[in-house]
Amino acid sequence: MARMKFICDAERCIECNGCVTACKNEHEVPWGVNRRRVVTLNDGVPGEKSISVACMHCSDAPCMAVCPVNCFYKTDEGVVLHDKDICIGCGYCSYACPFGAPQFPSQGTFGVRGKMDKCTFCAGGPEANGSQAEFEKYGRNRLAEGKLPACAEMCSTKALLAGDGDVVADIFRNRVLKRNKGAEVWGWGTAYGSKQAGQAPAKVEGVKK
Amino acid sequence: MMKRISRISLSVLSVVALTACGEKAQTLGTKKDATAYSGAANSFVEAGWTAGDKNSWEQHLRARSQYGQNDHSRAP
Repeated sequence: MARMKFICDAERCIECNGCVTACKNEHEVPWGVNRRRVVTLNDGVPGEKSISVACMHCSDAPCMAVCPVNCFYKTDEGVVLHDKDICIGCGYCSYACPFGAPQFPSQGTFGVRGKMDKCTFCAGGPEANGSQAEFEKYGRNRLAEGKLPACAEMCSTKALLAGDGDVVADIFRNRVLKRNKGAEVWGWGTAYGSKQAGQAPAKVEGVKK
Repeated sequence: MMKRISRISLSVLSVVALTACGEKAQTLGTKKDATAYSGAANSFVEAGWTAGDKNSWEQHLRARSQYGQNDHSRAP
């Protein structure tokens, strides 16, 4: 069974913001809401690294655990989605999320903070697949159209990979073997629970640097 | 007089009972979502897979991932 995951390859990301633009355009996301954004570490310093961040659709999603109205659900493919008809815009999920994924529009039903909006892995919401109602609330449902998320498909350097966890992990592993560096996958361990990924390499006794 | 009172109270009770019919259910939990492999009701669906066939959808996405994202397999 497909288990959908994101990988951002920090060795390849060039901070072009193509993923951000693709996402905003595909889903007609309103001003002030960014489902995806590019974060640069050590900006301006030689060796700076950029990563594209959005909801990682965690295996054990903290947003789901803290939601007081239980508006989240997980699809068979492991995509974490939510029902905007149930969301009350309390913001608990935004405090719980390690990736800062939940976004709140500044206008809407609840005035200052409306119903939460976040990356859907281009899988829409509970409304009928591909319907106008689904598009207006959650954006396009590309998975049901047989496509992958727009951000990853638009990525010019293929730094952002999206799809079945086994496939994207294989693609990334192959890259690391070929270039012989940059095996750290930012956010992978936090989102999917790996003990190795995303951690600094363990020190081995008796080995000098 | 008593008949009149009972008629009025009966009609009031019926109105009260009917208001409950207009109430939306407020039970917790989300609506049932259709599976991704069941396809979308629009004209943007990609060709090359059968809507409703999970295996065909998975294979299609796998091929799309490899072709679209694995540049090592495409470069000579």
